[in-house]
Amino acid sequence: MIEFLSDSAYFSIALSIIAYKFGIIVKNKLKFAIFNPLLVATLVVIVFLLATGIPYEAYEIHASKLSYLLTPATVCLAIPLYEQFELLKENKKAIAIGILSGILANLIGVFVLALLFGLNHEQYVTLLPKSITTAIGIGVSEELGGIATITAVAIIITGVLGNIIAEFVCKVCKINEPIAKGLACGTSAHAIGTAKAIEIGELEGAVSGLAIAVTGVLTVVFVSFFVNLI
Amino acid sequence: MTITTETEMFFGMKYVIQFGIIMAVSFVGEIVRALLPFKCPASIYGLIIMFVLLKTKILKLEMVKETSHFLVEAMPIMFVPICVELMTSGKVLSEIFVPVVVISVATTFIVMAVTGIVSQKVIEMDKKKSPKNKSDIKTAKEGADI
Repeated sequence: MIEFLSDSAYFSIALSIIAYKFGIIVKNKLKFAIFNPLLVATLVVIVFLLATGIPYEAYEIHASKLSYLLTPATVCLAIPLYEQFELLKENKKAIAIGILSGILANLIGVFVLALLFGLNHEQYVTLLPKSITTAIGIGVSEELGGIATITAVAIIITGVLGNIIAEFVCKVCKINEPIAKGLACGTSAHAIGTAKAIEIGELEGAVSGLAIAVTGVLTVVFVSFFVNLI
Repeated sequence: MTITTETEMFFGMKYVIQFGIIMAVSFVGEIVRALLPFKCPASIYGLIIMFVLLKTKILKLEMVKETSHFLVEAMPIMFVPICVELMTSGKVLSEIFVPVVVISVATTFIVMAVTGIVSQKVIEMDKKKSPKNKSDIKTAKEGADI
């Protein structure tokens, strides 16, 4: 049985989707931000794998076909962007200043905390690109001499956490403009944060998608001012 | 739906064609990535290309609309396998586990709050300057439409 489930081409995909749906139900029933669909789904899958003894690798081979759709899905973020373009143009100042402040907050934040932890140069540059989309982030990390696998882990932790805390942070900080919410999600937590922004609203999702691209590209530029500080 | 798009009339298989167009744009994104020296993912190039195609009216919105909404809606689920992968990353992190986790967590809060608050303030200031900013009304209306 376990062997059959491990070998099945569709089981792990079905498991992931059902686990996500379960996460949505849990979230709607228990109105706590901590019951985030992505977090619940991840935990359900991990618990299931551990309980049944299905190796992670067996799950990953087939479930990664879901992630394969990420590139076309990201391409499709152009559609809400196009639909909301007039609104974005009206708010271009807020968008530019918001994203810039977020990029600087990330680089300064990583720098200060790396100092406090006494990280060496290699560990410091590994964490500098942690707020941007994985493909750009790993590229930056390698370029600067960081450890790409750790960068990838930091990027995912950042994304999942951003996805979980987005609604909480917006509430506490009184961020109620859809554009400001979308910028907060996309600039801090790239595509996984954008997944949350899409759930919050269409405009939020569009802005957040824009923020991934702008943040990614501008971080590449700004990181060079920070790289030699430690 | 009674609206018959040109694509639909021509091919008679609307969603498949939409999916095909999206895949083709993703592919062009891959080509651009291979040609340019920047370390930017194909998806970001694809996003920009798709936007330009729509903006220049080379592609009409209805040629990609429904399938793209489906893909965007399904996007959160695509992260489940990537997040499950975290269960294997304990080994990779080993001795710098604590700093990596603390720095990731702390800066995520900081960046999110700073970005959100700063842009919120700029939008509020803009609104005060021009009280007739119609963006609010427009959002509400567009939201109701969809």
